[in-house]
Amino acid sequence: MAKITIRKERCKACELCINACPKHCIALSKEVNKTGYRWAEFTDNNCVGCGFCYQVCPDMCIEVYK
Amino acid sequence: MEKILSKPKSIKDNVLSYCPGCGHGIAHRLVGEAIDELQIRERTIAVAPVGCAVFAYDYFDFDTTEAPHGRPPAVATGIKRTNPDKIVFTYQGDGDIAAIGMAETIHAANRGENITIIFINNANYGMTGGQMAPTTLLGQVTETTPFGRDAKREGYPIHLCELLANLKGTVYLERVALYNPQNIIKAKKAVKKAFEYQIQNKGFSLVEIISNCPVDWGMTPLQSIKWVEETFIKEFPLGVIKDEK
Repeated sequence: MAKITIRKERCKACELCINACPKHCIALSKEVNKTGYRWAEFTDNNCVGCGFCYQVCPDMCIEVYK
Repeated sequence: MEKILSKPKSIKDNVLSYCPGCGHGIAHRLVGEAIDELQIRERTIAVAPVGCAVFAYDYFDFDTTEAPHGRPPAVATGIKRTNPDKIVFTYQGDGDIAAIGMAETIHAANRGENITIIFINNANYGMTGGQMAPTTLLGQVTETTPFGRDAKREGYPIHLCELLANLKGTVYLERVALYNPQNIIKAKKAVKKAFEYQIQNKGFSLVEIISNCPVDWGMTPLQSIKWVEETFIKEFPLGVIKDEK
């Protein structure tokens, strides 16, 4: 079991984490955050804790737990 | 569950001013992680450039100073020579290091100063809106080359690592990229190795990080990393250019 947390107010919706996730656990939210971006949301429990999303996130919003 | 990956301690908890998808944030994190792992935060001094990374002192949680455009290698030389026990590195973009600061870069490398340079190559001047830089690819459209860079008019892209490899003063030169997790992990190893060489007093080290600039390239972040993979690194091949162990 693994999971990630995403700081939604820091997210700029670049979608790099969504692209990098091999298990398709991340998607853009329907709503927008304070800065006007749809943030990346952790949606699924297929997460294996590979940390690819953490590696590609340019805004250091993601923490990985395993 | 245990936290296995989170923001390094050497990075402050500030919002980064970079555009969505910009590689600078990843490069900052790699530097922070390398410094955390080597436990040198208390004796590190960074020199920030002029360019998008001009606010690096807002993000690095260790001593950071600012240098005039292109002059970080000269400022770093002064800091390192007066404080030889400190770990001194500069963080520069392509316009800073390879255009206005070319003389300082070449002479610092030629003197074999025991400093580290983190060189972010994104093929244009990002901060001012995407003008042609020395590293712009042939045919690449920028604000100042609206019909693409033409070798007859603007010359060829400068390969800084290959240029500096000819100088006897350089010890470690490597080119890495940030377009996927595998290459980001490789980039981190290169950054860490450069700092290790400085700790061992080996001499001048430079890591060229091929980064993306989605907004100024007129692309989405996903298109920009694809362009890096398919086009950019064909002109600037990745790998170790020089490593004198």
